[in-house]
Amino acid sequence: MVVALLVITFVAAATLGAVYVFTGKPIEAARLAKINKAIAEVTPPFDNNPSDEVREVPVDGRTLRLFPAKKDGALVGIAVETATTKGFSGLITLMVGFLPDGTIYNTAVISHAETPGLGDKIDRSKSNFSVQFEGKHPDNFQLAVKKDGGDVDAITASTISSRAFCDAVERAYKAISSGQWQ
Amino acid sequence: MEYILIIISAVFVNNILLAQFLGVCPFLGVSSKVSTSIGMSGAVMFVMAIATLFTYLLQYYVLVPLHIEFMQTVGFILVIAALVQMVEIILKKISPALYQALGIFLPLITTNCAVLGVAILVVNKEFTFLGASHYLNLAQSVVIAVAYAAGFGLAMTLFAGIREQLDLAETPKAFRGAPIALITAGILALAFMGFAGLV
Amino acid sequence: MNWRLITKGILKENPTFVLLLGMCPTLGTTTSAMNGMGMGLATLFVLILSNMAIAAVAAQIPGKVRIPAYIVIIAAFVTILQLLMQAYTPALYEALGLFIPLIVVNCIVLGRAEAFAAKNSIAASALDGIGAGLGFTLSLTVIGAVRELLGSGALFGYPLLPSGGITVFVLAPGAFIVLGYLLVLFNKIKN
Repeated sequence: MVVALLVITFVAAATLGAVYVFTGKPIEAARLAKINKAIAEVTPPFDNNPSDEVREVPVDGRTLRLFPAKKDGALVGIAVETATTKGFSGLITLMVGFLPDGTIYNTAVISHAETPGLGDKIDRSKSNFSVQFEGKHPDNFQLAVKKDGGDVDAITASTISSRAFCDAVERAYKAISSGQWQ
Repeated sequence: MEYILIIISAVFVNNILLAQFLGVCPFLGVSSKVSTSIGMSGAVMFVMAIATLFTYLLQYYVLVPLHIEFMQTVGFILVIAALVQMVEIILKKISPALYQALGIFLPLITTNCAVLGVAILVVNKEFTFLGASHYLNLAQSVVIAVAYAAGFGLAMTLFAGIREQLDLAETPKAFRGAPIALITAGILALAFMGFAGLV
Repeated sequence: MNWRLITKGILKENPTFVLLLGMCPTLGTTTSAMNGMGMGLATLFVLILSNMAIAAVAAQIPGKVRIPAYIVIIAAFVTILQLLMQAYTPALYEALGLFIPLIVVNCIVLGRAEAFAAKNSIAASALDGIGAGLGFTLSLTVIGAVRELLGSGALFGYPLLPSGGITVFVLAPGAFIVLGYLLVLFNKIKN
């Protein structure tokens, strides 16, 4: 009785170990591809590999990752992987791209669990909410929804998700404006 | 304060049944009477608390140090299955009265996805409260498991009360049984949506 | 080849609409037709493989440890699925989230193991797994399609209704209500 169970468990564990080893590389590659795709979306064209030059900057107790995008050796933009816990349900992770002078170039949502049809409009594929950040400089564009005295048009009926988005972008800006990464 | 937030969020806002769809099978199967619903909920709470305690220890003292996090699903379900068996045996010896009340529900609980679901949720999810986000510690994990179970019990008992009334109502033939139960559950879920944004 | 093993899972013994099994993933993942289909196919994968494996070893397993042994086998296949999905379909893996590991406790999988695979040949069990899995996939796709159409005004991601949709249908209450009414429809047609 025990032997049968042991044999099954052993075979199962061995098979799993093998599959784990086999899928290790593709899983890592998939994770990297996602980050790289997000970086490419939010920065001007570059010719280096930003994930090789990643820098880590602590902001408000959370470590953000900065990916410098370079063309012909000159900095053309910085992608910042940022996150916020202020979303409606769970963590929202964004990639925010800045030009070297601090202007927001573009943003992309990496992961979120916001309500379908409402808060998920922070995602570019669902609504144009995030377009309003493009080309704005956080020094003269208050990163808060209009209800809170800022300059951001919130998503209708999803103020919490909109606020969270602003919070994440704001944190990304803090990370680059601190200058620590250079 | 932190614990109060955890509890409110787990019982009302993220109600395990009506917002996260875990444990729907017993919800539809067992909940035709208030008394059995309460029994089932008690058994679930008991197992969920113990299971979360053990799976938490398994995750952080075995799987993570050995770097075999991918064995999570296998490890957790084995722990839960073994625990349910043990609880059944111990309960039979120590408290026959409690066994009488909860015993018949115990075998059903191994395949109650709420137990495994909560165990996984607790160790995988970053919870957020008071502006900071972190993984839960052991005490918080157990508290949240009990709170999820309480939410399960609340929804289940409310629903059983409604179903006892529904049995007396005249329902069109095609609606009888599961369909009307599901539609009722939908309306209950709609009511629970009112709690959204509370925490 | 016995085609009835496959067709019975799709209609007469449809896991969702007739047997009411696997309700949690049915309600939880059908926010769109694509997600519903993804969940169905993921379950199909585990069903076929676990059915075949259990049919192969059932004779050697003593009765007392039967269920734990089946659970280990099923859990192993679920973990393999998790690893493969993380590697090759990371977006779908993220969308389905918790419900992928929960395939372990899906009553359809253990139910087919116990009711069919334990007593039949490997080939027949594979067909049975395909049948139940396809039935489940089909049901989830239909529910997902209805919810997506009503809730976001789209189908498989292609917007159809210019006005968008009634959001509540992609939220939790919509899951219960849509499934409830689809069951009514199914009962009506059946009688």
